[in-house]
Amino acid sequence: MPDTSTGTETEVTGATTVVVRFFAHYRDLAGMQVCELELSDGSTVGDLVARLRADLHLEWLPLEPLVAVNRDYADMGQRLAAGDEVALIPPVSGG
Amino acid sequence: MAEGSPLEAAPTIRAHITPERIDVAALLETIGSSADGAVTVFIGRVRDTNEGRSVAGLTYEAYEEMAQPVLQGILEEAKRAHEVGDIVAVHRTGALDLGDVAVAVLVSAPHRAAAYEASRFVIEEIKAKLPIWKFEAYSGGTAVWQ
Repeated sequence: MPDTSTGTETEVTGATTVVVRFFAHYRDLAGMQVCELELSDGSTVGDLVARLRADLHLEWLPLEPLVAVNRDYADMGQRLAAGDEVALIPPVSGG
Repeated sequence: MAEGSPLEAAPTIRAHITPERIDVAALLETIGSSADGAVTVFIGRVRDTNEGRSVAGLTYEAYEEMAQPVLQGILEEAKRAHEVGDIVAVHRTGALDLGDVAVAVLVSAPHRAAAYEASRFVIEEIKAKLPIWKFEAYSGGTAVWQ
């Protein structure tokens, strides 16, 4: 975290708000289609998944689920920016 | 587009995610120039059984804003890798009955080998990557996400 002050998380200057979308099985398990989440600056997809599992109690989420950022598949190390749309993608079953 | 005029005003590649019934005969009219001697049509339909259970019907949900460009990307990759003319792929969303067309992949090419290979590539990529999910209903009333 770049913030060296003693402030709490809500006072971190570089906060990044992203939109999280859930689909199909994951939407049913989460009980919501969409939520907004504030992350500290420089957070990665992996950090977001950890937050969802721990703070939102979505323990059923795989440690490394399939994720899309702004409609492109992304890996766990991808950094997130304010306004990003992050989709949690259950195993696909089209075709 | 190489030499050979299209029979219809056919885009070289067309990806479509739709809640409408898929009319394969109408799609066939839009594909292939006179340079293409081969056309393959793959149709995926709703089957009456899955994993030993009797299927009553299903619903497809898509992440539509993403599914469209992902499908387009799959077709572009197929076009780059194979010597083909036109490729059209359509995937249904919404509620489907037994026997309904869930997905159609049409490929035209000068020769059959490339058409078959591109068609196989497209359907396998759809199954692996397209953000679409199947909610399957069984006779007896239960239903699950597949």
